[in-house]
Amino acid sequence: MKLDPQIPSGPMAEKWDRHRFEMKLVNPANKRKFRILVVGTGLAGGSAAATLAELGYNVDCFCFQDSPRRAHSIAAQGGINSAKNYQNDGDSIRRLFYDTVKGGDFRSREANVYRLAQVSVNIIDQCVAQGVPFAREYGGQLFNRSFGGAQVSRTFYCRGQTGQQLLLGAYQAMSRQIQTGRIQMHPRTEMLDLVVVDGRARGIVVRDLVSGRIQSYSGDAVVLATGGYSPVFYLSTNAKGCNVTATFRAYKRGAAFANPCFTQIHPTCIPVTGDHQSKLTLMSESLRNDGRIWVPKDGGDRRAPGQIPEAERDYYLERKYPSFGNLAPRDIASRAAKEVCDEGRGVGDGGRGVYLDFADSIRRLGEHTIRERYGELFPMYQRITGEDGIQQPMRIYPAPHYTMGGLWVDYNLMSTVPGLFVVGEANFSDHGANRLGASALMQGLADGYFILPYTLSNYLASNKQTPAPVEGADFKRCEADVRARIDRLLFIKGKRSAQAIHRQAGRLMWDQCGMARSEQSLKKALNEIPAIREEFWKNVSVTGGGGELNQALEYAGRVADFLEFAELLCHDALDRDESCGAHFRIEHQMPDGEAKRNDEQYSYVSAWEYAGDDKAPILHKEPLVFEEVHPSVRSYK
Amino acid sequence: MNFTLHIWRQKSPTDEGRTTTYDARDISPDMSFLEMLDVVNDELIEKGQEPIAFDSDCREGICGSCCLMINGIPHGPERGVATCQTYMRVFRDGQEIYIEPWRARAFPLLKDLIVDRGAFDRIVQAGGYVSVNTGGAQDGNCLPVAKTDAERAMDAAACIGCGACVAACKNASAMLFTAAKVSHLALLPQGQPERHARVRNMVEQMDREGFGNCTNYFECEAACPKEISVQFIAQLNREYLAACLEGEGEK
Repeated sequence: MKLDPQIPSGPMAEKWDRHRFEMKLVNPANKRKFRILVVGTGLAGGSAAATLAELGYNVDCFCFQDSPRRAHSIAAQGGINSAKNYQNDGDSIRRLFYDTVKGGDFRSREANVYRLAQVSVNIIDQCVAQGVPFAREYGGQLFNRSFGGAQVSRTFYCRGQTGQQLLLGAYQAMSRQIQTGRIQMHPRTEMLDLVVVDGRARGIVVRDLVSGRIQSYSGDAVVLATGGYSPVFYLSTNAKGCNVTATFRAYKRGAAFANPCFTQIHPTCIPVTGDHQSKLTLMSESLRNDGRIWVPKDGGDRRAPGQIPEAERDYYLERKYPSFGNLAPRDIASRAAKEVCDEGRGVGDGGRGVYLDFADSIRRLGEHTIRERYGELFPMYQRITGEDGIQQPMRIYPAPHYTMGGLWVDYNLMSTVPGLFVVGEANFSDHGANRLGASALMQGLADGYFILPYTLSNYLASNKQTPAPVEGADFKRCEADVRARIDRLLFIKGKRSAQAIHRQAGRLMWDQCGMARSEQSLKKALNEIPAIREEFWKNVSVTGGGGELNQALEYAGRVADFLEFAELLCHDALDRDESCGAHFRIEHQMPDGEAKRNDEQYSYVSAWEYAGDDKAPILHKEPLVFEEVHPSVRSYK
Repeated sequence: MNFTLHIWRQKSPTDEGRTTTYDARDISPDMSFLEMLDVVNDELIEKGQEPIAFDSDCREGICGSCCLMINGIPHGPERGVATCQTYMRVFRDGQEIYIEPWRARAFPLLKDLIVDRGAFDRIVQAGGYVSVNTGGAQDGNCLPVAKTDAERAMDAAACIGCGACVAACKNASAMLFTAAKVSHLALLPQGQPERHARVRNMVEQMDREGFGNCTNYFECEAACPKEISVQFIAQLNREYLAACLEGEGEK
């Protein structure tokens, strides 16, 4: 396997422009001769499907939900970044680029990030044109707020429901193309394998989740927009259905998996209350605009928060990072929370929580303004915890949220399998070792609206392909594999539910490979995962049959993939013997507890190649070259 | 806490379907309603019995997947929440709980508590968008929108498409759903060029799908997890009337 990132030559600011000119085009009349398969309908997949169809391609689009509008992008709360500089506060494309590379702790590819910052301005225009109801000033202009890791206000938002509104924009654009017939939408359909014909991605095998029918689709290219893999930790802020299956199946068919150990733990989630929990709920990072984070100065202080006088509180983010304060990046804020809780100063039952306090902002701006600014978030907090986040501080704690790792892609967003493109959270490209807030929506839409449509056309124009009918041997072989796997799951008839095993594996991953990792803990995890996997294949109970709507079967298939993928994640975390961004190896820290990078040895992207079920994956390295931003010790002090 | 659950079980669209009773034991008041069902399902799976099929995904009230009729009320007893945000602390220990799917001709049942809400997608496909291709949009600030209009549009756009409005309505009307999308776009300058064609096409599709009409009972507003106001139905009616008065025009 050879990794060629295909970064265009020339000055950074001109790369994308030049590349767009140099890429080949498909004649408008010829576009209708091509068929593209898009898997996933979140911001990346939805925007890609709509734009490709607008250009004239035939698109088959798949999602496991009952409607494309329900993809998990919908749950993104806080906002979307764009280098518009509407606030005249010193923002620019270069600054967004710089903030993102620095925020990612110098583990992302400069050229991709620069392009992301460039197209960020087009995204806002596009979404406004679609009718996305962004927050406005009284004069009718677009309003902005601040997010972590930035000292400018560049985040556009729709109350606490930005992801929902942006996704509905993409969904509506898709709906228009479904009406024209250029998009064939396949809801309740799950991709279970990738079909590679003569070394190129030519199709997928899916299961119709209503009828249980296994079926193949053939196309000229395949686009995966299937999101991240946070539920490898079982509890995360992701939806119940989020899974690694599509990307992991593609990995097994030859696509390299990059940086799987870069998993983001979000600092502001509602703390865990018990074993029964099926997911964790995020409280948007935007709350840190107006909320102050603190814990009691003394461990064991069990007084109610209102009883603790100002002098006995430790606003630890403001103390440690005076220039960024409560808006320190996520990885730093999460570790700081863990640190104070490890010291015994955590609040709430179990001591795994810190306060997020709005009292000062309410005094300054009034309760009405605070409630209006954050829409749904206060009622949501109250429903889950039974407490009012206005009357008393919220209690929050970090939780798995986003995965920077994903399938390796080149500058054209193409994986190591020609014809397999990967967009949005499913790829690895733009966020390095830590993603800044409000950048996921930006990346998903950048990939789907403004990058993939160009690069995919170039691929189609540059490669003459013969038809790959679904009756072909490669398709039949993949279908047989999928059927055999389903039969195997149904045949076990064991005693434990897939959920129970998922929870067990997730806890292991969280304890050994979560916010802090060490050689010892990773080896322990690598030692225990195979046993859990064996237990799964011996003792999982999957009821019902394959030829019907069967949620137990769907879920068991996803858990099976997580149990293999978890091992890959730990391999990567073990290989990366440094701390960077969200990847914190306790062996490598500064005297003050900050992450200690090792640029000499680890300034590379780890891209893992599948070598066989019983073999260790093969590591390939894409060296990271920094021309514009000199890697330095990330300081938010 | 302990509960007795009476749950609608139906193996397939053609199966007859029946209510089956289950016990839910040692339930924490901090569990969400769906987590309580997870516990019941895990027990069933471990006994080798088929779990109860129900839709859910984000479990934070925004994706609109979950759709349970709980004791005759869509999404359960609490106002302004989806099923996934209903917590067991709102029920009495020992309470009997009846759980059924959404019932409407336009939402055919697939299995147990899962229905097909594809009709909503088709209503949006009929015109619930601004016809703008990617690229070439003018600068976002060239389209000033009064704050009050933007807020009002957002109130309507908050709809999660769960279908509770239909399930709550004795006519199984989709007026609130359709009104929310029509109003969201009619309130914004971007939505003006297609304003009349949009409302006509969406209302026609709504009728074709077999949804009933609105007779002003406002059950939809009471059941809506996003508390979308029936004032938008009034707006839909005005938009539709204006569009019809204008004549056929372009579709």
